[in-house]
Amino acid sequence: MDSKNQPSKTVYAKTVKPPVIQIGPIGWIRKNLFSDWFNSVLTVITVIFLIKTVPPLVTWAFVDSLWFSTGAECHEAGGACWSVVTGNFRFIIFGFYPHDQHWRPFLAMILLAGLLFYSQNRDHWNKYLAYGWILGLFLMGLLMKGGILGLDTVESTQWGGLPLTLILSIFGLTAAYPMGVLLALGRQSRMPIIQSLCIVYIELIRGVPLISLLFMSSVVFPLFLPEGVSFNNILRAQVAIILFTAAYIAEVVRGGLQGMARGQYEAAESLGLNYVQTMRLVILPQALKIVIPPSVSILISAFKDTSLVVIIALYDLLKTTQSTLTNPEWMGFSAEAYIFVAMIYFTCCFFMSNYSRRLERELNRSNR
Amino acid sequence: MNQENLKNDDALQSREAVIEIKNLHKWFGEMHVLKDISMTVRKGERIVICGPSGSGKSTLIRCINRLEEHQRGRIIVHGVELNNNMKNIEKIRADVGMVFQHFNLFPHLTILENLTLGPIWVRKVPKKEALDTAMYYLEKVHISEQAKKYPGQLSGGQQQRVAIARSLCMKPNIMLFDEPTSALDPEMVKEVLDVMISLAQEGMTMLVVSHEMGFAKSVAHRVLFMDFGQILEKNTPKEFFENPQHERSRLFISQILH
Repeated sequence: MDSKNQPSKTVYAKTVKPPVIQIGPIGWIRKNLFSDWFNSVLTVITVIFLIKTVPPLVTWAFVDSLWFSTGAECHEAGGACWSVVTGNFRFIIFGFYPHDQHWRPFLAMILLAGLLFYSQNRDHWNKYLAYGWILGLFLMGLLMKGGILGLDTVESTQWGGLPLTLILSIFGLTAAYPMGVLLALGRQSRMPIIQSLCIVYIELIRGVPLISLLFMSSVVFPLFLPEGVSFNNILRAQVAIILFTAAYIAEVVRGGLQGMARGQYEAAESLGLNYVQTMRLVILPQALKIVIPPSVSILISAFKDTSLVVIIALYDLLKTTQSTLTNPEWMGFSAEAYIFVAMIYFTCCFFMSNYSRRLERELNRSNR
Repeated sequence: MNQENLKNDDALQSREAVIEIKNLHKWFGEMHVLKDISMTVRKGERIVICGPSGSGKSTLIRCINRLEEHQRGRIIVHGVELNNNMKNIEKIRADVGMVFQHFNLFPHLTILENLTLGPIWVRKVPKKEALDTAMYYLEKVHISEQAKKYPGQLSGGQQQRVAIARSLCMKPNIMLFDEPTSALDPEMVKEVLDVMISLAQEGMTMLVVSHEMGFAKSVAHRVLFMDFGQILEKNTPKEFFENPQHERSRLFISQILH
């Protein structure tokens, strides 16, 4: 053969499709529900459980239920009494806010929802959006408090329900996050005094429950004030929530900072960036991205923790619900009322975690 | 390229010294990693530093822009002494570019943003001008078509060329290279070395920690051999690789040549 000098021809193996074993719904069921005897037993038990529980639940919640009735009618009927929610809707949502002024907190909440919705898109993140938020928060305060522009003054002691929960959460979280970042940076600082101050702060706050902080701010703190001087109760609760959440955020952010490679600092330093520039432009954008999931779980739990302000007699969403139930007419329908409140909380938390997942995905896409 | 022309620089000895290192000592805890190092680098001079791992060669060049702090001795860059004065450190860092073994690009920024970050924030260059400079150097390292991508989308060799361009955007007078090719796949080494050679042709002062013999032979004026935190041999590349004087360098060269 004179193929000696010829380069040998490569024969490529043919590409074939993976073997098709089982497809279609039957295949799926066999694979996922009845793959072995243990799996099959679990499937059967689950199905029996669902048959036993779901139909009665549906009957209770939708078939036998009353939606718009008085409490007395409810007591006679067997199903769910959603009337407890519809009949007291405005009180549950707005608390003791003057009845004829309910449009004001309502408008404030619409404003907030609009801002949140607009801020979802990362393309909108610029300094004008920041101004928009400052303006928006100011307007919300104005709407709630009134006193000028012909609006009646509504003292903050009358604020309550969902607007109060949202105010405590939104202001709490927006203030706590930057503070937590600063604390985390302080804890990493090379200056021993700053470092130890931050460590003491973080450990102290994390070592006590939020309830005790709220008590301190509403009971102990006024003892130190001169007579006649008093702080707004909501403001005190707000400060306690901010201080508490910031300590947790600090620890999460610190985790992200420690995850940064030494080389990133070195590259920034060798370009001549100073500390603030290095942190702002190079380290924090990466570190904060790493900690999106744990940050969001802190934000979610902080949002739910605002319900603890009931113990210092603030009428947040949970407290207004609870006091509705102390009315003899509606006594005994706590399941319905709490299901309603739970759904509000769940909706908010679900949006938060959903959004965080989306954000994470978008950031990952741009980096890879 | 005319290799002899590149190195035949009679006037080198009479040029101004840009880096002066005098009796430098450094310890990592108890470990004495740099022992009484003295050297002078003149304008336009290109020095390759080699030696076994742990010999202190990386530490030496990292001391020059204060990524490591020295404990005794003096380092003077362009007449500015490197000490705890932050002003001096910033002045020297702006004058000295550094290229790392692992590139250390900023993964959250595009290539273009990586290149303009330093000029815009440190040198306060207007954005438009910084972008033009960035594109100029990207073209120079043959990578301008990747400007909008993120570092993670580039190969190792491309990333290292971007890192070189990033340093050049700061218009440094001196470039330090810390094993720039040792983290690269073999087929990418050449593209990075080519960029470094063209930089050398333009007369850049370069300190290169590297074992690339071909590179040393073609562009370096001097090769320093380090071990145990000391400079054991200073020689011309040709002499060093063909006829090393010190027994440690002889052993080292026999090992890198197998």
